[in-house]
Amino acid sequence: MAKVVTKSAREPMFHVAKRDDLPWWQAWGIRVITILISFLLVGLLCVVVTGQSFGESFEMMYSGVFGRLFQGHTTMLWKYLQEIAILLSLALALTPAFKMKFWNCGAEGQALMGGLASIICMIELGDKLSYPVLLAVIAVTSIIAGAIWGVIPAIFKAFFNTNETLFTLMMNYIATQIIAYYVYIKGGGSNVINPVEAGNFPSVAGNDYFVNIVVVTVITVLMYIYLKYSKQGYEIAVVGESQNTARYIGVNVKKVIIRTMIISGALCGVTGMLLVAGKDHSININSVGGQGFTAILMSWLGQFNPFIMVIMTAIVVFLRLGVAKVADTALLNSSFSEIMVGIVILMLVGCEFFIHYTIKFKQKKGVVA
Amino acid sequence: MAKQPAIELKNITKVFGKVVANKDINLTAYRGEILSILGENGSGKTTLMNMISGIYFPDAGQIFIDEQEAVIASPKDAFAYKIGMIHQHFKLVDVFTATENIVLGLNDGKYNLKASTARIKAISEQYGFDLDPEKKIYTMSVSEKQTVEIIKVLYRGADILILDEPTAVLTPQETDKLFQILRRMRDDGKCIIIITHKLHEVLSLSDRVAVLRKGEYVGTVNTAETSESELTEMMVGKKISLNIQRDDPIDPKDRLMVKGITCVDRMGATVLDDISFTARSGEILGIAGIAGSGQRELLESIAGLQHLSAGEVLYQDPKTGEIENLRDKTPMQVRNMGVRLSFVPEDRLGMGLVGNMDIVDNMMLRSYSKGHSAFLERKAPKNLANQIIDDLEVVTPSAATPVRRLSGGNVQKVLVGREISASPTVLMVAYPVRGLDINSSYMIYNLLNEQKAKGVAVVFVGEDLDVLIELCDRIMVIGSGKITGMVDGRTATKEEIGLLMTKNTNEKEENHG
Repeated sequence: MAKVVTKSAREPMFHVAKRDDLPWWQAWGIRVITILISFLLVGLLCVVVTGQSFGESFEMMYSGVFGRLFQGHTTMLWKYLQEIAILLSLALALTPAFKMKFWNCGAEGQALMGGLASIICMIELGDKLSYPVLLAVIAVTSIIAGAIWGVIPAIFKAFFNTNETLFTLMMNYIATQIIAYYVYIKGGGSNVINPVEAGNFPSVAGNDYFVNIVVVTVITVLMYIYLKYSKQGYEIAVVGESQNTARYIGVNVKKVIIRTMIISGALCGVTGMLLVAGKDHSININSVGGQGFTAILMSWLGQFNPFIMVIMTAIVVFLRLGVAKVADTALLNSSFSEIMVGIVILMLVGCEFFIHYTIKFKQKKGVVA
Repeated sequence: MAKQPAIELKNITKVFGKVVANKDINLTAYRGEILSILGENGSGKTTLMNMISGIYFPDAGQIFIDEQEAVIASPKDAFAYKIGMIHQHFKLVDVFTATENIVLGLNDGKYNLKASTARIKAISEQYGFDLDPEKKIYTMSVSEKQTVEIIKVLYRGADILILDEPTAVLTPQETDKLFQILRRMRDDGKCIIIITHKLHEVLSLSDRVAVLRKGEYVGTVNTAETSESELTEMMVGKKISLNIQRDDPIDPKDRLMVKGITCVDRMGATVLDDISFTARSGEILGIAGIAGSGQRELLESIAGLQHLSAGEVLYQDPKTGEIENLRDKTPMQVRNMGVRLSFVPEDRLGMGLVGNMDIVDNMMLRSYSKGHSAFLERKAPKNLANQIIDDLEVVTPSAATPVRRLSGGNVQKVLVGREISASPTVLMVAYPVRGLDINSSYMIYNLLNEQKAKGVAVVFVGEDLDVLIELCDRIMVIGSGKITGMVDGRTATKEEIGLLMTKNTNEKEENHG
């Protein structure tokens, strides 16, 4: 005789069920609502921590990002766009690798190596080459440096099937230590290299960041075309979805892995160059400042689509700068801004659950006599 | 003696997203009977059984066991109700012995392997199982592994047994043996539910047949009072002719000559051992064998996906008569040589297609690299996609739908359509109708016959011996990577092929003994 189990105790309260694919506008509706809720939450937390009113907090955030834009001061706006450009260019660099399901966690190191190449050129060749030649040399060496840092884990992955996540992470530490060593030598024992005059990007119409922004805009468009319309982009997608299918149609998987990581590393190298030659004119171990990791999330949240990534990075950089201003005024340190950015990203990732799944609650059943 | 209901389902419904997997199912299974659940793939058989065994929870409806309402929210609950399910894919620990696997997870307070072994032996004797409890799983054949799974649920005291497609991996001889055991269990008063889509098995084994169609319950009939055609009609919803056409080959010429190929896998095991055969134009060559006997490796070797340690794959060009060696060439090189070799692999979404890509992009897989441009040309693939959708009646919202969202039959139509569109001279297909409904299956048989009539050398790896015998001109049987026989499809019998399938393994065991 079977054991009699009481019904109410055994039936689960709710169960999770996979939903059918939502129409795109519903999925985006969920995402937009999530962004709004997360902004409200951030505002609320600012109120709790700083004691300002809700409106004041957002006013502060706005001024932290755009400054006195409507009074004709565009400095802050350019700074905002510049910050977007750096984060976006890292996200773009990671995207081909991610689309291939090669988890490149080494944007940080690859960008640092690109930056290192730039600063070496600026210091060592700054007075030896004419300005245009110097810029060209900076560009080429940064690209090569980033590509080398990217291709090493790819070669090991392709031929020995090593784990690329760990490998690229470890390469970050090596890069950081190399930078620390270089700064130690060039900084004469201090932790800083004084800004270098030679080899800086030109300012256009009095704007130092113009070149950076243009370069990243061009990369955004090119990346979109590369991934969607080129044969190489198609191969990347096939290898990422199924290496068996790639083999079946005769794609050389090793070659695609190596080629794609050269591109990914090279673009990280470009970011390093933008940071050093276009922004800081110097380098230290925190030059990339963890953005190589934030970029991973940007690439994912952008669903590997460069144009969606623009929106995602714009939101995240807005929060980072805006909340930093709030924190600054309230004498909090920069961690507060990082915590807020973390909360918003977490909510954005979390909302994907509700896009793909639905929760069904326990239903009432008619009793059959 | 009045029949005593073991399990009753009332208005069971289960929905996944928009898909209604089961709708208002009412079903009763009695003690001392074998009930077949018959239905095409996707008709909801497995979902229904998963609800009885506690893997899914029904969205609506009730289950009664021994005329008491039961709530089965987990496999543990099912076990408490003495329900045992034997899945299609075995869930055993390879490095453990049969006994260890059987007692694994049983929490009855004591761990006494000797006593357990004795009990397993007693169960084996009672029902006529042939099993050495001390044998390790990885040394076992598929049929032995299945025996372990069955004894596992019996050991736990199950008296309602559910078997999901138990004969899919068995030879005809092994199937007969399993059926004898199942009959013995029935006579012992157990309730046996067997899920299947093979009609002749249903007719020879079960007492009653319950038919499902598209998630709905069609009806139950007594096996003694029904026929193959009536069951098909219940299953498909309309009358259907079950004969496969087979014309005589026209002017067969040697097209593909495989000579002594040997292939060693990564672990160092020989998966193909000195295989030689010839595929001729205008002919369907069947390949039969127990699953995993080297069928996959053989086709992949010909397609240039396996490294061969010996032998040659020779191809004779139908126009020039030139002979080319395809050994150690990649699929891309083979194609560039002008060899029109099409291959429908066993793993459709994992190898033949990319599930997340739409139909157009999947059409491009074979052709994207054509031309010198760095960019893709999507116009021709798009036309091809639309043409295949029309010609093969692919059910899809559009050509821009990811193929993973299509049903199994439609996925296969897309894949076969693409491979045929390359107007091949050799067409290799592996298990092309696995998981397909009857209509789609016959469409695939017809497509293969069309290719045969066009003078294509067709190589067909199949698992259903009835189909192989009806469709193929010649049938090559392989066992453990070796050719064990070549028979004429027009005269061969199932039993003959079945014996050839196990020939190698039997010999090996004798040699070891």
